[in-house]
Formats: sequence, C-alpha cells, structure tokens
Amino acid sequence: MTRILDARPLTPVTKLFVLESPLIAASARPGQFVMLRVREGGERIPITIADYDRAAGTITIVVQEAGATTRRVCALEKGDTLLDVAGPLGSEIDLPPGGHICGVGGGFGSAALLCLMRERSAFGDRTTTILGARNQDLIILADDLARVSDRVYVCTDDGSAGFHGFVTDRLARLIDGDGLGRPDAVVAIGPMAMMRAVAETTRGYGIKTLVSMDPLMVDGTGMCGGCRVMVGGQPRFACVDGPCFDAHEVDFATAMRRNKAYVREEKVASERAGCMSGRR
Amino acid sequence: MPVQDAQARARNFLEVNSGYTNARAAFEAERCLRCQHPLCVDGCPVRIPIPDFIHAVAAGHMASAADILRSANPLPAICGRVCPQESQCEAECSMGGRFNPVGIGHLERFVADWERTQPVTVQPALTKSQKIAIIGAGPSGLVCAGELARLGYPVTIYEALHAPGGVLRYGIPEFRLPKAILDWEIDLLRAMGVEIVCNVIIGKTLTLDDLTNRLGYAAIFIGTGAGLPQFLNIPGENLNGVYSANEFLTRINLMRAYDFPNADTPVRVGKRVAVVGAGNTAMDAVRTALRMGADEAMIVYRRSDEEMSARAEEYEHAIEEGVQFHWLTSPVEVIDDGSGWVAGLRCQQMRLGEPDATGRRRPVPVPDSDFVLAVDNVVLAIGTTPNPLLTRTTSGLATTTRGCLLADEATGLTSKTMVFAGGDAVTGAATVILAAGAGKRAARAIDAALAAQLL
Repeated sequence: MTRILDARPLTPVTKLFVLESPLIAASARPGQFVMLRVREGGERIPITIADYDRAAGTITIVVQEAGATTRRVCALEKGDTLLDVAGPLGSEIDLPPGGHICGVGGGFGSAALLCLMRERSAFGDRTTTILGARNQDLIILADDLARVSDRVYVCTDDGSAGFHGFVTDRLARLIDGDGLGRPDAVVAIGPMAMMRAVAETTRGYGIKTLVSMDPLMVDGTGMCGGCRVMVGGQPRFACVDGPCFDAHEVDFATAMRRNKAYVREEKVASERAGCMSGRR
Repeated sequence: MPVQDAQARARNFLEVNSGYTNARAAFEAERCLRCQHPLCVDGCPVRIPIPDFIHAVAAGHMASAADILRSANPLPAICGRVCPQESQCEAECSMGGRFNPVGIGHLERFVADWERTQPVTVQPALTKSQKIAIIGAGPSGLVCAGELARLGYPVTIYEALHAPGGVLRYGIPEFRLPKAILDWEIDLLRAMGVEIVCNVIIGKTLTLDDLTNRLGYAAIFIGTGAGLPQFLNIPGENLNGVYSANEFLTRINLMRAYDFPNADTPVRVGKRVAVVGAGNTAMDAVRTALRMGADEAMIVYRRSDEEMSARAEEYEHAIEEGVQFHWLTSPVEVIDDGSGWVAGLRCQQMRLGEPDATGRRRPVPVPDSDFVLAVDNVVLAIGTTPNPLLTRTTSGLATTTRGCLLADEATGLTSKTMVFAGGDAVTGAATVILAAGAGKRAARAIDAALAAQLL
C-alpha cells in the first residue's frame, strides 16, 4: 500500500498526486515510470514519474482520466492509498550535459518534464520548456516548470493563452533563433501525434530528439513483450530499453495502431468504473 | 488418474486431474517393487527417496509419507502436478518395461494434497542472526527461502510483481496448477517466518549491492527466472492479436483477464488461435485459448511430435480437448486483415534433416510449400531468456553469452562474494523441479558459508 500525501486537480480530468514512496524516490531518474494498481483485480498501468524528492521520500505523478483505472485513481484523495506502486522502471533519459535542452510537453505529458528540467538546469544546462494544449484551461504546471527552466513558452491551439499555435510551430521558431537558440537536444513527452510532429520538426536539422513512448504494458519489467516498439526497424521493449527512444527512429504508425488494440474493452471497463464511482 | 470430461473441461478453468482416490492410491503404492537399487531416485533431480514415501503410503502412514517427500522436495503438491515424470522418475521405474510404471507423480500429488488437509503446525524458529535476501518469489526462490527458514535464518524475498509465485503465478494456468495450492505453499513459508516484499524490483528499486551494503544482508540468492520472451522476427509480428505466450498467459493467469470486465485487464481471443511452439508453455497457451472461448486452437511447430518438449500428459490432454496439431510447420509471416489485426499465419512445410547441436533432427524447409492458416490470434511460445534487468545494473555478476548467470553447479555461488543463484536465471528456461533443486542446494551452501564465517 502506498499513501497519497497530497492530491490536487490540475484540470477537470487531470490530477497531481504526491506519494509516500521513499525507496522509489531514492533511486528515480528522469524518464522513468512506475507501475500502479488500484484494486484487487485491477490492471497494472505505467505512469511516468513527474518528480521526486529524495529528502522527503516522495514521488509526484500526474494522472489523466482516460480509462477505467485512471478514473479510479483520479477519484482518490489525500490520505487514500494505492494498492501497488512499483518502480522506478525503465531507463533514464541519457543526454550529454552542457548543452541547450528543450523539453516539449503536450497535455498531461508536460508533468514528466518537471524532474528532467529541474535536474538539467541544476547541472548548468540551458533549458527551454514548450508546453502545449488545446486551450488555456488544459495547460498544466506552467508555473512549476517556469521555476526550473530558463524559458517557458505556453502554446494553445485556440490562442487563449501564450503562443497561438502548436508546440511544433514554437519549436520551429526556437530552432530558427527566437529564444535561447537552436537546442542541442529535444525531449518530447505527450500524445503520440504530437511526439511524431516534433520528430518531423527536428529531423531536417539533425537535432537529437527523444520521445517518451507509452505503449500498453502488462508487467513493466520486460516479461510480456506487449510494449514492443519498432525503433530503427528493431523491436525494443519500452519497459526496459525505453520508454524514451530516438524520435527519428521510432515507427509511430505501428505504435499508434498497437495502442488502440483494446479500445472496445477500454470503453466497457471505463463505463463500469464511471458507474461504480458514482460518476458519468 | 481420474480427469474431468474432455469436452466440459476444455471450456472451464477447473483442474483437469481430480487426483487419486484412497483406494487407487493404495493400489498404485502396492505396485511399487521397492527395488534394492531404486533407479527412480536417480531419475529424480532432487533425489526424493521414492520407494520410502510410496511404502509409507502403502502402509497408510500418510504423515510419514509427507515428511519423507518434504524432506527432499519442498514443493510436492506443485511438482506432483507439473514435473515431466515420464522422462524422470517414471522413465526409470522397473515396472515400466512390461507394465505401466508406478504413478509416482500422481502419488506425490496424493500425499501432498492429503498434507494440505492437515492443520499447519509450523512456526518461526529463527535461531540465526544473519539475514538473507532472496530475489524473486518463483520456484527456486521459494524453495531456497523455505530451506533457509527451516535452518533458522531470517529470510526476506523481494518480488518485482504484486504477487509472489513467479511462473507458478503468471505462467502455469489454473487448470493445471490451482492457485490455491500455490497460496497454501506461500502461506506455509510466511508461517515459518519468511517475509515476502512485493513490488520491489532489485536492480531498479534497490540495487543488489544495496542489499549487502545498506540493508546488511549476509547472503543473497538470485532466482529471477527466465522471463524475457523471444520473438520470431517475421513480418507482421507487431499486428494486433499477436501475443508472446508470456503476455497471453500473464493477462489471463496473473491479471485474471478471464474475468473481464470484473477484472480490468482484457485479452482478445478470436475464433481461431495458432500457438507457435510445442513445449509446456505452448500447451498451456493453446488449451487456455480454448477455455477463453476459441472455436479452434492449434499448435504450429517446425519439428515433429517426436521432438516436442511438452509433458506427455499435457499433450494427451490437449489432444482429448480437441487441440489441432500442425507438425513440421514453420511460420514465415503474420498476415494483416487490412485494419492492423491478424488475419492469418503464412507457414512453410518442413522436413527433418540431420541432427543439430541439441541432438534433435533439424527442420529443413520444403520448397514451394507455403500455405496460410486462417487465424485471429498468433501466440508465440518459442522460448524465453533470463531477464537482463538485474545483471545490467549489477557490477561483477558474470553471465554467459545467452544472458544466463554463471553459477557453481554444486553450490550456486556466482562470481560475486556471498551471492548465489539458481533456477532458470542460471540454466535458461527449464523445469520447476530443477529450479527447486537448485534453490535447495544453494540454501545448504549459504548455510555452510555463513557457518564458516562464524568460526
């Protein structure tokens, strides 16, 4: 059992949780994730570690309601417990120090940039964070990211806040010199379509670009192979070899198709979860 | 051995074998010749004194039979169900020449099942102070923990998943090994004082060196198994509806997909399911597919039934349940239905050529023999290799080129001081009884090494 020390909604469908998890906090690195389970008979889902506090023995995760399990998680409050939290899993984001790192976050994926940008800034890297969402209300953690990045740009599709346009439009400007200059590396975390667009934006410039893949997983420890992602024509397990891979090598089309394998079942389970927690 | 009706059981998850009656067990025990030089014992990887326990059954001394069994094999109820007896003890039975060999495995199970009806009397007897950490709660780790607890050591098992048991939990299906039996064995370990900590991945949550340096464990046993699934690397392998047997069985056994949507994890089983491979895992997967509602489930294997590695009983049961077998058939491509799901498996006919390194005749393709099996799922049961998670993050732990840990055969000692290993992590995918034997030997070696430290 893992205790929830703090829980606060970031948007109507997104919630931040601070978990009492000293062992995971002690060894977590940017890019890694935890597997969590909410109830007996519940599924194991991977959630990226947004941040960690080694001294306090806590980790921070951000969960967006997307299916049965995430709905159940988001119904939890401070003082509640999660049945199982295991991690940190996956490999850390491995980038050479001393450069200009640009983190691109889409939707709730922005959360996962927290520990990365905090550490890179502390190492002395120059850091730019670009956040994107459909509108102002869906932008999360902009202030927290501003504290740990040299520059933060908020982008909205409808222009309700910040830059009017996609994160890739703002990224293209950054590459062209509008800001701290062309980044040495880009790390994109968010919806698959966004990460693919970021990959296409940087490809022509040869900028090292990592994307955090979130395929379906069962165990998260290398056992099922369900999370295999084609990278450079080779199957790689996101749970042990990733979840971050070279964006220019990832086969996004296959990854997106594989993630839709259980759409039908997810709908059934999600409706049940909604009914059971008394919500629609 | 009495069994459930084949038609009925192919549609349920209840155990196939129902076990000997008292009368049948007594009859079977009387058939044992009590050979002066019992070859069956030589055939047993953990050298159970087989004639002794069978004699105790014949004499009606069940408690004594149980003690004899357990002294040699700490997991009798499990091994009685999953050991390949026909190639071990029963292969050597003197009755086997002219008659059927004595049903040693079924008698082992009979005694162990009797034992489970008795009140549990064990209690912790922690007489030693040196703490021992076990990595992985699968067969070798459970046995090693049990032996060390019996010797008086405080033992902690660290398990990566949310429930202990390893392959006994996620791999072997309920109809072959009811989870209640596994739970009983695990409860027994806990009653002996063994601590089991789930959700801790050694190599990630804690490193192996943390266990010694920070947490003060005097010895470590690694029983992390061979959990990494292999793929064929043929076109179409990433289509939706293709599973590794590990994923397929884990979804159903560990995550209870058979009970979806009461349980949250789904699995998609279509009308026709092809399972590639012919080992025990393949048999488990193909028979599970039937129980999940497939109209037709088939084995696709590039060699013939002669080379199949599955237990004889599983093969017989699969035939009775209506499983189809495509021998000398090698998959070359998974075919797309146009929307990213499996429509079929293109295969090539094979013939047997000269023996290969394993001594089995090598399959050779027959030219222009391609054909397509129309299937909705392809499940790959073509083997597993040790999980690299621990070795990647631990310095000084020597492995073979195949990723298996190097360990002394007699003691399980690895290249690291006071770090022992056994089971599939050392041998590559093998059997429960071999893993149990390795766990037991390592426990003895750990005891000897720790005793020597105190001198």
